[in-house]
Amino acid sequence: MVQKLDWLDETPSQTAGPYVHIGCIPTFAGLRDIYPEDLGLSPIEDGAEGEIVTITGSVFDGTGWAIRDAMLESWQPDAQGLFAGQAGTDPKVSGFSRFAADGETGEYTLRTVKPGTVALPGGGRQAPHISLWIVARGINVGLSTRLYFEDEDNSADPLLRRIEQRQRVQTLVAKKTGPGQYRFDIHLQGDNETVFLDL
Amino acid sequence: MPDGPLIPRDRRVHPVPYDPAYKTSVTRSPHLPLLSMESTPSEETGPRFGHSLIGPLDNNLILNWTKGEAPAIGERILVHGRVLDQMGRPVPRTLVEIWQANAGGRYRHVKDGYLAPLDPNFGGCGRTLTDEAGRYQFLTIRPGAYPWPNRTNDWRPMHIHFSVFGQSFGQRLISQMYFQGDPLIDLCPIANTVKSRAQLDRLVAPLDMAHARPLDFLAYKFDIVLRGRRQTMFENRPEGM
Ligand SMILES: [Fe+3]
Repeated sequence: MVQKLDWLDETPSQTAGPYVHIGCIPTFAGLRDIYPEDLGLSPIEDGAEGEIVTITGSVFDGTGWAIRDAMLESWQPDAQGLFAGQAGTDPKVSGFSRFAADGETGEYTLRTVKPGTVALPGGGRQAPHISLWIVARGINVGLSTRLYFEDEDNSADPLLRRIEQRQRVQTLVAKKTGPGQYRFDIHLQGDNETVFLDL
Repeated sequence: MPDGPLIPRDRRVHPVPYDPAYKTSVTRSPHLPLLSMESTPSEETGPRFGHSLIGPLDNNLILNWTKGEAPAIGERILVHGRVLDQMGRPVPRTLVEIWQANAGGRYRHVKDGYLAPLDPNFGGCGRTLTDEAGRYQFLTIRPGAYPWPNRTNDWRPMHIHFSVFGQSFGQRLISQMYFQGDPLIDLCPIANTVKSRAQLDRLVAPLDMAHARPLDFLAYKFDIVLRGRRQTMFENRPEGM
């Protein structure tokens, strides 16, 4: 036998199930006024600096069905690329949001400020992106991915550069559909399977 | 020593994403490998929530739905534990949210149409912040087991859903707590997506008589471990060098 490593294993994940909204966005589940308002209704307040953008999309299963019970969370920096809690951040940007796929259409909407580039401790910068986390019935471990923007320079982004199959990069890039409007669909499986992250 | 990057997730401790016994996972599990990279500020930072968010009854599911007017029906239990990181350090001031079925196994959700009735005095969600030692507690009722559409006669064991934030977005975790001695755990396709028995056992809360209150409630203890961060006195090396 060897010595024991004195650190712990992470608690195993379990699916969020179809009723995740009760705990996380109770108003969506039909539980009104248990809390004053749902957590993470918006990642920004009025007056946030930068370009306001609206992103819509769906989460598709392997059959091409837009799933109706997904919950998503987003985390992002402000227009300067600073995260809430860091020095000098825009006080109008919390950076965190929670939103659900619509129970009838499966479509989600995120209205936020376009994030800035993020400095890396070892040098270089990440292209503007929003981190996403997706849970639903049938997803046993929450899925992490990122949303980049079609109209930004993504060429030097360290994460995108790691994708060997270059045609898969587009699964992380939101398409511009109008002024301040973007579309970002997430595919759990299939020819356009989104690049999911382990980091 | 400053906190470095997040320790990579050990996927072996987690459920398998694809498990034919849990039918919905078949079309919702990615087929391709996940893209791995050392964590960046995007994963090492995360939302923080303050005490102003939390109302006085938010961690009391027996009373929070009726704002203290009338207690929920069911077996009264205290669920408590600690949130730690992989280094065993407490995770203080982090948001813990729970949701559960009522004593009859019915959720208060627009999409739950199970035969069991709603309890007019029970909502089914709660939230709290851990204290400086990473401790949390909820007063609630024991949720009922319920049937669900999977194979013809699948039942969920009694369980409480947990959502925990930690201090960085990369620590985000949703899981479920089961109850010691429930025979349905072994039969449940969702519980059994965790293939290691030792790991599944970590989701089973033991009866904790030391924290039960006589003539009032039983107690169950449920500790949660989130990802840790590497601690090193050596500087990070730039990507790719
Ligand atoms: Fe459940």
